[in-house]
Amino acid sequence: MTMTPQEKEDFKRRLEEYHKKNVQIIVVLVIIWFIVSLGGIMVVRGLNEISFLGFPLGYYMGAQGSILVFIAEIFFYSKYMDNLDKKYGFAE
Amino acid sequence: MSNQMIGYIVVFGVFVLFLYIAYSTRATRTDDFYVAGRRINPIWNGMAIGADWMSAASFISMAGAIAALGYDGLAYIMGWTGGYVLLTLVLAPYLRKFGKYTAADFVGDRYESHVARTVAIFCAITISLVYCIAQVAGAGIIMARLMGFSMNVAIAIGIVIVVVSTVMGGMKSITWTQCAQYIVLIIAYLIPVTALCLKMYGHPLPQLAYGDLLYKIVAKEQELGIKPLYIEPFTKLTSSDMWVLTLILMIGTAGLPHIMMRYFTTPTVRDARYSSGYALICIGALYITAPAYAAFQKYTILYEVVGKQIAALPEWVTAWGKAGLITVKDANADGILQFAELNIHRDVVVLSMPEIAQLPYIVSALVAAGGLSAAISTADGLLMVIASAISHDLYFRMINPKATEKQRVVLGKSLIGVFAVVAGFFAAQNIGFIVQIVAWAFSLAAATFFPVIVMGIFYKRTNKYGAIIGMAGGLLITLWYILGVKFGWPMKLNPIMGIKDQGAGLFGLIFNFLACYIISNFTPPPSQKIMELVDHCRYPVKLTDEFDEFH
Repeated sequence: MTMTPQEKEDFKRRLEEYHKKNVQIIVVLVIIWFIVSLGGIMVVRGLNEISFLGFPLGYYMGAQGSILVFIAEIFFYSKYMDNLDKKYGFAE
Repeated sequence: MSNQMIGYIVVFGVFVLFLYIAYSTRATRTDDFYVAGRRINPIWNGMAIGADWMSAASFISMAGAIAALGYDGLAYIMGWTGGYVLLTLVLAPYLRKFGKYTAADFVGDRYESHVARTVAIFCAITISLVYCIAQVAGAGIIMARLMGFSMNVAIAIGIVIVVVSTVMGGMKSITWTQCAQYIVLIIAYLIPVTALCLKMYGHPLPQLAYGDLLYKIVAKEQELGIKPLYIEPFTKLTSSDMWVLTLILMIGTAGLPHIMMRYFTTPTVRDARYSSGYALICIGALYITAPAYAAFQKYTILYEVVGKQIAALPEWVTAWGKAGLITVKDANADGILQFAELNIHRDVVVLSMPEIAQLPYIVSALVAAGGLSAAISTADGLLMVIASAISHDLYFRMINPKATEKQRVVLGKSLIGVFAVVAGFFAAQNIGFIVQIVAWAFSLAAATFFPVIVMGIFYKRTNKYGAIIGMAGGLLITLWYILGVKFGWPMKLNPIMGIKDQGAGLFGLIFNFLACYIISNFTPPPSQKIMELVDHCRYPVKLTDEFDEFH
């Protein structure tokens, strides 16, 4: 398969854009990951004053809330990348 | 039928099932042996990752650790699940696209260096072997405790099962037996505490019910003047120690070779992403339940054991007292049990639950089978890493690239046998020490594999000089900190910011990232071919012919 110089440029731009969007969403999700787990540890005393589903919220985040957010993040990312793969023509 | 008989039948039946699955899915091709032919659907792969991941410690000891450590123990819950987010975002899809067999393959190829490959092989073997020893020991403890075998007999039985299922069909058999093992272990884990919840609350969701128990526990503790309170944070660990421990467990999880290896088995990059999600659902089912176990146990102790006549304690307390796992000492000789007079071994929290919930003995036998499944399925995956590190990474990639598929598979199988015996030998020795080393394995994984792989994918400029110094330095700094803080050898170190030996990986991790960045920028950039390899890993589709020969 040979590409004209113009097509090559376009392809390169598509690659770069795809990678940039991928890195952007990764950064956002890593920040959320950090807040619900490590951030939760930092403010646990304050959170424990709040009652959530019958739990002290600080304890709940450590024991359950963080895991549920992790699972949601992974499926969100997988779906997001499905769309990105399709949009940029990189779907398998 | 006697209880012991029921125990034998349940455990034996479960083992026969595993061996049958291993036999019917056996493999001979190299692809089948190392990466299960790359045909594993993400839901099954998620289950297999779950079984691979959850060890004897997760099954038997984690709930007890939470009961003992209170909020601080949740470092394990967050640490051992949060790593999967990192795996999905920055490792798994790229490793799958890279498309070979092991983590050391990636390190060696990406950095075009046999030195880097050798360091990676060494790290993979060290991490996996100590981890494997702990699994075999764990299997031994469960069989010895619940079924009355002697420790050595129990270990020997454990080894035979592990070897047979691994040797028979490598990764392919392992994947299917691990799926079965996951189902057994999760059912065994959920039944006792769900039954107790049903009895107390009339619904089968202990995971939602125990919020109420937490407040009741605290109320009782205040009434009895027990300090610190159960949900009070940072009573057993300092806040910085807990924070670093959580971080290192998460990053270490993402850097463990036996978990990374599972992502090579999916058919596509997309499936690698979804595998993580299903894996975390499977793992989360147990991890979300573990703090519930801890709370139900704590509640039972405070409301039904403490403050009672010592002569009239519940039956399960006396039974586990006889096994030496619960000690009752009437210090003030008033015939009534005070909280301070009671000492409970961590493992009792899960093991005693069937009796607390007054379930028939067959449930206890099922718990034993579940714990064994957890230990054996993890040991399987670890032995695979060791076997492939030597037969594939060391022998095929470095010593004899002309080795035939058959030679490599035969070598891999023999190594599994050899290392299973090695692990069994060590497991029969000093166990407390081994459990300690497992915690260190996470630090080592976090300080070695994670930085060089992530940098290798996301920072093209990283070259072999940065990677080798980063990985070797990360390993040495971590070991040096562990040894210095724990044993004062070769020199005594004071914990920095209260970070104990378990969090040692933090320093190696930081060094590794910095070395990859700084040293790479002062040395020649990697070749054009490597730049193309990085691109190859970043995009799910085929970009160049050269790297796609493996598909």
